[in-house]
Amino acid sequence: MNDKPKIIIGLIIFFAVFTFPFWYNHGTASSAPEPKLTDKAEQAKHCVRDVDFMRKEHMQLLDGWRDRTVRDSQRVYEIDGKEYMASLSNTCMECHSNKADFCDKCHEYASVDPYCWDCHKYPKEKK
Amino acid sequence: MNVNYFYSLLAVVGLGSVAYVGAGVAGLQGVFGIFIPYLAVVIFISGFINRVMGWARSPVPFRIPTTCGQQKSLDWIQQNKIDNPSTLFGVIIRMFLEIVLFRSLFKNTRTEIVGDKIAYKWVVWLWLFAILFHYSFLAVVVRHLRFFLEPVPFFVTFLEQIDGILQVGLPGVFLSGITLLAGAVLLLLRRILIPKINYISIAADYFPLLLIIGIALTGLMMRYFTKVDVVKVKELTMGLATFHMGIPEGGLSGLFFVHLFFVCILAAYIPFSKLMHMGGVFLSPTRNLANNGRMKRHINPWNPEVKFHTYDEYEDDFREKMIEAGLPVEKE
Repeated sequence: MNDKPKIIIGLIIFFAVFTFPFWYNHGTASSAPEPKLTDKAEQAKHCVRDVDFMRKEHMQLLDGWRDRTVRDSQRVYEIDGKEYMASLSNTCMECHSNKADFCDKCHEYASVDPYCWDCHKYPKEKK
Repeated sequence: MNVNYFYSLLAVVGLGSVAYVGAGVAGLQGVFGIFIPYLAVVIFISGFINRVMGWARSPVPFRIPTTCGQQKSLDWIQQNKIDNPSTLFGVIIRMFLEIVLFRSLFKNTRTEIVGDKIAYKWVVWLWLFAILFHYSFLAVVVRHLRFFLEPVPFFVTFLEQIDGILQVGLPGVFLSGITLLAGAVLLLLRRILIPKINYISIAADYFPLLLIIGIALTGLMMRYFTKVDVVKVKELTMGLATFHMGIPEGGLSGLFFVHLFFVCILAAYIPFSKLMHMGGVFLSPTRNLANNGRMKRHINPWNPEVKFHTYDEYEDDFREKMIEAGLPVEKE
């Protein structure tokens, strides 16, 4: 009995499956997206927290804001002696009004599908 | 403490420290982020193929399926077509159920003496932990494709939706990450706590489990607690997948490199370990052969060629002498 042909077909399938990322991307590297800042955001210079924190943990910050606002009706976020209105639509979007270039680009790149916009409205973008 | 799992634990902690110190402190991010991952992929694929080809060269001259039911016999005796297959179709069904549902683990029993009688009890735990573990692992691996594919294909986003169906917290909890850790821990506890299984377990049994627990823990840490910049991670991994290697600006955290290094170790370790059951399950002759020994003649392919000297030839050689000696001959 000689099963070598069958086994080799199996190995070819194995090879194709486990090298999937190499041939799916055709070797073309699209550079990682960089969130675009609006003029207003650039002028403000600093966000609620520093850039590194916002990049890594903005989702938890927003989650905390939502829970405190909805459950305890605490609408104020205090940090470093400054007070901010804990609101995605009013505080975040005031500077970062460019959802497509600021939020969506990276979310799409990282395959993240936040459900912010199930409830929140986002401002219409000027083109 | 048992030496076997102590050394395995020590090995995993040691490897983790190597990556943490090497990439995080000493700044060898190029080594741990580019060189080692490629090396691991090459070892994994070439080692895997080499191992399977080794099996392909091993002779399997006869049919040796384990028969778990009535074999094909007379028409009025009902055959168990899956557990004792006699056709290719039956074998395919049997193999499919084995690979997808782990049926042989489902038949796991424990032998006990109850009173003065021996009893075999059905024990489901091994099957349950195994299926939890393997499917969680599959889901986690497929989900990680989001770091290696651009654009992210539909089946990855679809799986993410199913996996994050609870919508707990932000970033949303993925069930498979937690069940993977749970499955690996349960399989480990099974080996540690059940005395008979503990007795037959060696370091090579504990090491992969502890390594996978390490992978799951570092992964969960990064997603839910200490955080990494996911876009930067994808920048690195996409560089690997498209051969445009580079370490993203500012580098990545030590914990990320521990995670990546663990995965590299696991991939490179697979071809040389019990984890090769990944390929081996397809090639188990006790499962993938039809029990048709009574219907087909299977000739051992490496039987030496035997030179026969038939009686006719024998008589041709010695006829005259036989006649002289008065022995009877067939042809005069």
